[in-house]
Amino acid sequence: MIVVLAVIAGVVGGLVLQPTVPLDLQPYLPIAVVAALDALFGGVRAWLEGIFDDKVFVVSFVGNVLVASLIVYLGDKLGVGGQLSTGIVVVLGIRIFSNAAAIRRHLFRA
Amino acid sequence: MTADGQPSPASTWRRIGQALRARPGSGQVVAALLCGVLAFAVVAQAHTTGSSSGVSAARTQDLLTILADLQGRADRLRAQVGDLQVTQAKLAGGSAGSSAALQEARRRAQTLGILTGTVAARGPGVVLTVSDPRGSVHADVLLDAIEELRDAGAEALQLSGVRVIASTALVDTRGGIAVDGTRLQPPYRLVAIGDPRTLASALGIPGGVVDTVASQSGAHATVTTSPSVSVTALRALTTPRYARPAPSQSP
Repeated sequence: MIVVLAVIAGVVGGLVLQPTVPLDLQPYLPIAVVAALDALFGGVRAWLEGIFDDKVFVVSFVGNVLVASLIVYLGDKLGVGGQLSTGIVVVLGIRIFSNAAAIRRHLFRA
Repeated sequence: MTADGQPSPASTWRRIGQALRARPGSGQVVAALLCGVLAFAVVAQAHTTGSSSGVSAARTQDLLTILADLQGRADRLRAQVGDLQVTQAKLAGGSAGSSAALQEARRRAQTLGILTGTVAARGPGVVLTVSDPRGSVHADVLLDAIEELRDAGAEALQLSGVRVIASTALVDTRGGIAVDGTRLQPPYRLVAIGDPRTLASALGIPGGVVDTVASQSGAHATVTTSPSVSVTALRALTTPRYARPAPSQSP
């Protein structure tokens, strides 16, 4: 319940405040969002499987975001930021899809 | 729980319903906070992506690629500009050459027009007036005057309103002289364009035209020099019937 409320509050806040992403964060925010989405889907799956743990979720969420941002940062420093970003999106996308498939199986048995 | 160890969908949905109604614990508050932040970030990023012009949000490498593309395009366009400038210079040079040729052709046409009598002429010269009340001056005297003036360098001649050219003929008729078929009555007025002093002295030499006219009974000739006389009589251009321009051959 509180999660749904928080999501709604975030969306509304974003729409109302119309925030501008700082220039320094611009390369990292999309990747961080994708990493957080991965953590979110993983958390939902774990909860459906009955093994959800708050601490694990928070750590994986923050850790995913930090690692993804770090990789992009390193890639930018090494001159392969674009390719690394693509790689991260691909890997996280695959994970998100597999998590979504597991969630689907739990909810619909299909 | 089902036989394969997974909860049945029905119990799963029941669990979701219970969770939505359940009072949150402290751990769930942190998870919810993170989800809210995530939603906020998603909206912010979507907003930024939608509103940014593209260049400001692009990363360094993309910018470098764009820059290289633009530089390549600029180089190509610069090369095109060079080519077109060369073409323009060529065309301008060609038109300048043709205009010079046109000017030269016009100049020659003017010169030939003065010689053939199709163009009016003006310049320094002399006017020879022959008064002949008794009709004693004949064509040969006037022909002598014309030849004398031509020898002295007269460039355009006019005899009493008739242009005198290379083929001009003077014929004695009763009561006057016919010039190219036009009958003239005295006094005769011969206008010549050339160096006035040379022309005047050519006419006035002892035993020359003026003396000859004076020796005819009752006739009298006067020569007037002028810095500007006009030869306004014109002659229609006749196309030669037989003669054709021959290709010039260097011997």
